[in-house]
This record gives sequence, C-alpha cells and structure tokens, in this order.
Amino acid sequence: MNGSATRRLRINPTLCEGYGYCAELVPELITLDDWGFPIVSSRQIEDENVLNLARRAVATCPRLALILEETATTET
Amino acid sequence: MAVVASPVGTRLLGGLPTSGCGHESIEDHEHRIGARPTGTEQLIEVLEQSGLRGRGGAWFSTARKWSAVARSAQGNAVIVVNASEGEPLSAKDQELMSRRPHLVLDGAAIAAEALGATDVVVYTSRRNAAQRVLDRALKERGRARVPDPPIGVVRTAHRYIAGESSAVINRVSGGQSKPKFSLYRAADRGVDDRPTLVQNAETFAHVAMIARYGSEWFRKLGTRESPGTALITLCGNVRNPGVYEIEIGAPLTAVLDAVGGVVTPAAGVLIGGYFGTWLPASELANIRLDPDSLRKRGAAFGCGVIAMLPRDGCAIVEATRVLSYLAAESAGQCGPCVNGLNALADAMERIAMSTAERDDIDHVRRWIDMVRDRGACHHPDGAVGMLASALKGFDEHLTSHLAGRRCSGLEANGFPPPPAPGDRWR
Repeated sequence: MNGSATRRLRINPTLCEGYGYCAELVPELITLDDWGFPIVSSRQIEDENVLNLARRAVATCPRLALILEETATTET
Repeated sequence: MAVVASPVGTRLLGGLPTSGCGHESIEDHEHRIGARPTGTEQLIEVLEQSGLRGRGGAWFSTARKWSAVARSAQGNAVIVVNASEGEPLSAKDQELMSRRPHLVLDGAAIAAEALGATDVVVYTSRRNAAQRVLDRALKERGRARVPDPPIGVVRTAHRYIAGESSAVINRVSGGQSKPKFSLYRAADRGVDDRPTLVQNAETFAHVAMIARYGSEWFRKLGTRESPGTALITLCGNVRNPGVYEIEIGAPLTAVLDAVGGVVTPAAGVLIGGYFGTWLPASELANIRLDPDSLRKRGAAFGCGVIAMLPRDGCAIVEATRVLSYLAAESAGQCGPCVNGLNALADAMERIAMSTAERDDIDHVRRWIDMVRDRGACHHPDGAVGMLASALKGFDEHLTSHLAGRRCSGLEANGFPPPPAPGDRWR
C-alpha cells in the first residue's frame, strides 16, 4: 500500500475579480488572460516549493476565490 | 432505419389528436397505457439494461445518474423535473408538457419512489405555455388519487442558462436561476444541500414508458448505444417546423423528407441548439441523428434542435447573432465569460459585417481557446464551441467576409433570429 494525495489548484470563477496576485505568486501554475483574469492549471502539484507558493496564493486572494484541493487517497 | 414522424404512432407523442386539442387527461392516459407502476430500487437495473440516456443535452446514462443519487440519498433526496427549456430554438419539452404531462409526472413520481425521495419539483419557465396545463394535470392526479409523493412547482425567469443544473438547484433552493460554483455534485449536495436528481422532462417520460414496458421493448428502436426515440425540434428552412419524435439513428435527410422537406436547398444546419454545431451542406447527406455518430463528426445531438440554414443564409452571420445573444445571456458572474464572450461578439460582429480589423480573426481564434473550461458552468464553452464549428465548416464564407466582400446572408430570411435577452433572474 502506498498513500498518494491529490493536490491541485482550483478557482471559483464567480468570486474572482481579477486582482492577479495569484499569477505573480505562482507563475508555474497561474497565468493571466487578455483581461487580467487567472488561467489556473489543474495539474497535480508535485514540487513542494510550488505547493508552498500555491498555499500563499490561496491565502493572499482578496476574494478567497482560490482553492487548494487536497484529497488524501490510498491506493493498494 | 425508419423515421417515425408525428402524428404517426410513436412512443411519447403518438396517438394524440393533431394540434390545438389540449393535453391528455389522466383518465385517457391511464386508459391508454395503464396506471403508473410503483418505482422500486430494481428499476435502476432496468434502466441500465434499457440504455436510456438523458435528453437534456448531455446524453449521460440515466441509470448512472440515478445510482449516484441512490448512493448518497438517505430518504431525503429531491427529484427535479427540468422543463425550463431556455434554449430559444427548442420546443420539445413545452410540447411534451402541454400534450402528455402525465407521462412526465409519472416518471418523476416513479423516480421519487425508486430513490426514496421526499420531494418532487417541476421546474418550469414562466414563459412556458405548458404552465397552466401543469397546474391542471396536478389537480387531475389529486382527484384521481394517483398515489404520488408531493409534487411542487418552481417557476423561473426565461433565461438561456436557467436550466443549467447548478442554476436549477440554486433557484429551487430559493435563489436566483444563475449557475453556482460548487465542489460537489448535485447527486451529493443539490437542492438545500440534499442529494438531488435534476433531469430533463423528456427523460422522465421515457422512464415512465420503460417502467411499464421494460428495457427490451425500449431497445426495439434506436441504436445499441442510444436506444429508443427522441424528440427533436425542427426549425429554420423547413416547410413544417415543429416538434417530432424520431427513432434515434435516423438519417437527417429521411427525417426531413418525412415531414415535408426544406424550403430552399439547405446551405447547412445547426444541430443541438445554440451550444450545438454548424455543419455545412456537404455533410447533410451523411448525418445520422444519434449522439454517437454525431460526435464522430465533431457535433452533438444536444437537446435535439435541428435548425436548417436556407440556401442564401450564412453560418458566419447566424453564428455571430447567436453568439451576441449568448454573450448578453451570460449571468455576468465569471470574468472569462463576461469579458471573453463580449470581446468575441464585438470582433465577430465586425467580421459578419465584412468590416473586420486586421487582428480580429486572430483574436477570435485565440479567445475561443482562452475562455474554454473557465466558467462556473459551460455557458462559455457552449458558445465558443458553436462559433468554432461555424468558422471551421464555413471557411469559404469566412474568407469572403475577411476580404471585405459584403455578404448577402445578412439579408437572408429563413433562419430564426435569437430573441431579445431576458431581464430577470428569478
């Protein structure tokens, strides 16, 4: 048995107002579109540094629109 | 494959007097096909064997949808009959609810019993002509003592996306009929955070038939992957626009021939409604009306709208009109939808008028990719998918527009223009 966790960013687009702080903090996962709204990669976060930046981006969002999904799954 | 066109004997709409004669009463309904069977958990297995797929547009397996609700329900589930039909070109649910409301209500009550739901809600648009029929049908069932669970009615403003699953849940829970972002599925947390089945009205009608006649009977028509019949709304450049019941898998040309054909040789077709796909004239002869073969052509059956483009019509022009309508119908909640669809509509309007700026088409292609999958609902995805199919299938027209040649399609009649956008959200 080895435990593996899902860790990925998601955004609630109905809350986001395009402040753009997140894209500055985690350019690895977030870029801005032509109107300054974030395009968030939903790929699995492997790198611990990127994970920490993602956590900061979540905490920094003035609209609380960014979500870090962490599901601990156990595979056999 | 045979085309079954109303009023020839069919499953959902067959045997009705021709138009203008109101709905089938509960007495006539029960006399014709018998009293409503009781819904049991075993019905999910029957639905699985029947291969029934949802008729709201996604064609998702009904059995799987029910199973998901059954898994999380603990006698507190909610059944929602989605009869809002916000799609301007679609009339099938309104037709069904106005003529055979008891078939739909049977299906909903059966679902409630099978899934242990305590509430059934019929969700309908205030502009829907079937509203009064619905009230009468519910009274008839009460008088006839049909042993139904409580069936309520929730009305909504007539907006394009008011029928989107999360918008339905939002409205039925007492909010606005706008989509809502959620990390959960409706089957787990829907209306008032209860397990919820949101399903198209036509799907419930098929359930009512399958519960009576079984899965083998259901599979006698249609394809292996998509058995049964489906309601379509035929409109645009056709002699007899209206709602018809077809066997799934029927060739488009056979359906057209059976109901009187086109007015002028068609220049193309929009299949699946405003979130659907434009296909050019060259493809028409090979189109089969089933979700799987349409998907192979990059198209979708969606809600069954077949809108024929007249000979002198232009898909670039019509797609632009639809896009502008969809941009205005955005709930205005998500940046990519608001900014993206409006920017796309502006650029496409210049292209349609043959007054495009140099970068317009490059921007359009860039923004089509940019807005995909970024809304709380699939409104932007549906809109750009429709637009992309027009650009792809009608590239000669597009080239002509970009070259600044005025398009005669701007003045063409015969393709239904979008309505004025709605103004309320409840």
